[in-house]
Amino acid sequence: MRRLLAGAALAASLIAAAQEIPPSERRSSYELMGRETKAMQDDDTSNPATFWVLDGESAWKRKAGAAGKACVDCHGDAQSTMKGVAARYPAHDAKSGRLLNLEQRINACRVDNQQAKPLVFESRELLALTAYIAKQSRGLPIDIRPDAKTQPNLDAGRSLYNRKIGQIDLSCAQCHDQNAGRHLAGNPIPQAHPTGYPIYRLEWQGVGSLQRRLRNCMSGLRAEAYDYGSQELVDLEYYLMWRARGMKVETPAVRP
Amino acid sequence: MSNALITVPKTAKRGEIIEIRTLVSHNMETGYRRTERGVPIPRDIVRSFSCTYNGVEIFSAELYPAISANPFLSFSTVATESGTLGFHWKGDNGFAVSSSAQITVT
Repeated sequence: MRRLLAGAALAASLIAAAQEIPPSERRSSYELMGRETKAMQDDDTSNPATFWVLDGESAWKRKAGAAGKACVDCHGDAQSTMKGVAARYPAHDAKSGRLLNLEQRINACRVDNQQAKPLVFESRELLALTAYIAKQSRGLPIDIRPDAKTQPNLDAGRSLYNRKIGQIDLSCAQCHDQNAGRHLAGNPIPQAHPTGYPIYRLEWQGVGSLQRRLRNCMSGLRAEAYDYGSQELVDLEYYLMWRARGMKVETPAVRP
Repeated sequence: MSNALITVPKTAKRGEIIEIRTLVSHNMETGYRRTERGVPIPRDIVRSFSCTYNGVEIFSAELYPAISANPFLSFSTVATESGTLGFHWKGDNGFAVSSSAQITVT
């Protein structure tokens, strides 16, 4: 019986693997955008997210908290020290023993080293710092390598991705794997690779995080969205970044 | 904190048509929205933009609530002489931003 179950599990995992989009067919949703929206992203002086990046650069140099330290005092020039960092996040944090996304890592650093209050999720300053740090990885391939510590997060993320949720009763995979490239109410369904977060989304008229986007999709399915910073969302972020491994970081991207 | 981004060619030939692109940081709150509790959110928009070339106005625009956040304006002019292009945005609640760019005309 156990062997039979193991066989069934293996078959199920093979089916799941078969449904995953092969690397050669992965496409950034940049390619689905119109000419004007692409032009916005391509030129930093037309991309409104540049305001957040510039704010992030100031925040990087600004002292905060009881320790009277700024990011730059420990980390130096972000252009070199933060290069490639966002491409490796979410990542396991040895101190807390948890998987942290980039926003949570920034806040952990604020609390532990600057002795400052953590920034609120989706606040201008947290988005600005995240955009500034993530921009230093622009053009680099997403590099997520699960190990013994993070494999459970990957499995949890994959399981959530494939689970039907909400009154609409759809899983992420049903749209973004099985029907990617087709249309939903006139809009092309993207493959959902988080290559450019935080993004400037025209619908938001501002910059937002990947978790905000995930929560949007969940409320669209009439599901109760997980809270910002919840383990479920971080695991899902981890799975999505792993799924997009090798694709180039576009931060700060523009999306419709 | 920077709140305006300007793209102007650094050099141009006399008589050449140059493209100028501007982006300003602003929420452009329409005045038609309400909070979750039903309280109207007052209008807060950029009302006007003007561009001067060595002190002479060469382009101006009025902005309205239907214009999206962080308004992007692109226009062209003829490069006549070296000098300064000035950019000025004015809006509700005393919003005022000025910026400038240099151009060398040969």
